[in-house]
Amino acid sequence: MTERPIPQQQPATPAIAQAIAPAIRAEGLTKRFPTPDGRDVTAVDAIGFTVPRGSVTGLLGGNGAGKTTTISMLLGLLLPTAGTVEILGVDMARHRHAVLPRMNFSSPYVELPHRLTVRENLTVYAHLYGLTCVKKRVQELAEHLDLSRFLDRPSGGLSAGQKTRVALAKALLNDPELLLLDEPTASLDPDTADWIRTYLERYRLRTGAAILLASHNMLEVERLCDSVLMMRQGRIVDRGAPSALLARYGRQTLEEVFLDIARASDDRIPTGETADAAE
Amino acid sequence: MPPNDLVIPRADFSLRRVGAMVLRYWYLLRGSWPRILELAYWPTMQMILWGYINQFMASSSGGGSGWVAQGAGVLVSAVLLWDVLFRGQLGVSISFLEEMWSRNLGHLFVSPLRPGEWVTALMTMSLLRTLIGVLPAAGLAIPFFGYSVFALGLPLAAFFANLIVLGWSLGLLIVALILRYGMGAEGLAWIVVFMLAPVSAVYYPVSVLPAWLQPVALALPSAHVFEGMRALVFDGTLRWDHLAWAVGLNAVYMAGGIAVFLYAFHRARVRGALLQTGE
Repeated sequence: MTERPIPQQQPATPAIAQAIAPAIRAEGLTKRFPTPDGRDVTAVDAIGFTVPRGSVTGLLGGNGAGKTTTISMLLGLLLPTAGTVEILGVDMARHRHAVLPRMNFSSPYVELPHRLTVRENLTVYAHLYGLTCVKKRVQELAEHLDLSRFLDRPSGGLSAGQKTRVALAKALLNDPELLLLDEPTASLDPDTADWIRTYLERYRLRTGAAILLASHNMLEVERLCDSVLMMRQGRIVDRGAPSALLARYGRQTLEEVFLDIARASDDRIPTGETADAAE
Repeated sequence: MPPNDLVIPRADFSLRRVGAMVLRYWYLLRGSWPRILELAYWPTMQMILWGYINQFMASSSGGGSGWVAQGAGVLVSAVLLWDVLFRGQLGVSISFLEEMWSRNLGHLFVSPLRPGEWVTALMTMSLLRTLIGVLPAAGLAIPFFGYSVFALGLPLAAFFANLIVLGWSLGLLIVALILRYGMGAEGLAWIVVFMLAPVSAVYYPVSVLPAWLQPVALALPSAHVFEGMRALVFDGTLRWDHLAWAVGLNAVYMAGGIAVFLYAFHRARVRGALLQTGE
């Protein structure tokens, strides 16, 4: 009896590979900055992670842990010293401009021009993202994010909460498949912060977008995130679902886990990172 | 990882994104009447000042004033054309500084905007700002001094084009220096062009300069433009040789300006300066 040949699995075409690729895949991502005394400081040290499509991933860590540097590299604002970043299956080093229309970013630390009105700012960015029906989209987002009352006010004259909502409107103009948010509720009152979180939850449910969220607010992370990356001194020292992290550290809240990691010496951090890194 | 912004963008150049950036700067300009007034103020003051000097020298006898008397309005033409160079450079630098002052670079370069599109928008705004600044002064010279710079005819367009292109090259050089050295180099935007004034032979021929300085002057497109302008005013002849030199040198300076800008932009992405900008 002759054996029938086993069909070989065909490699996926680039288009299919991109369609099934995770929202973010980072491998060996490293950033070193030179110092005036000629030595290098490693801000991010060979980290690797994936963010699946449709998920919300939290990027946690103390000040100087490397969160903003990591986000900057994912966005292509900062060139890595080593490593690769793929966004939605596209290599950011080579084809960054192919994927930028499908992603967006918001941070309270990167502002929109103060002297332009909210409407003008949103109109400019709508054109930059190549949107059709710009007026309609701006009006639509203004209604969704409760901005209609101050659409024609200069952005610089708004309160912190209003500015955050405007920044979010800018980040959602192009209905991004990937949203990178750097401390989206920093310096907001609890009511406004809760409103923003609810909006993000609904946005994710409606569009299936992936969100990478850097935050210092552990309650926010527990509420929004499917998984968490814990950074310390430029490295990912642990990762997993919030519930898994709580179990691993024997803690009741993510804040306690955060403090354990922030204050522990390297050899006292549980080995979840090693296990998860192989995923 | 090869950085994609070192390549001058050819494909996927979007006029719509250029238009979006022009709209951004136009919103800013139209939102402040003192800014528009300021654009026209200095060229007009300069024109009036030099117009009366021209009138006085032309009416006096002997010496250098006789030279001026041969060509009506030679100093007025010179001051207006010099302002084209100055405003051309300032138009690029100031629009760029607007982004630095408003800490907007981070948002701009996570959008699909490409550096080449941004530079095109900066140049377009420079052209608009120059026209707003110089046209009223040129128009007022007619009732004030009975002299119309437009009487120079078509060559005026060639002089204008060469000077504004040199202004753009200088503007890109200044942008590169500010990207490299931060806002500490902001002051260069207002002073660099004046380093060229003595050797551009704006108000006197190149032959007035010491022999060792003349080759330096003739290495500048501006000196050829002003020599050509005087030949036209005094002799009624168009010096094609000066025009050809101006165009050739401008091509070299513009290529240099673009290369320096792209390198500075690339280095800014290496150092993370696109996020860490502002006052």
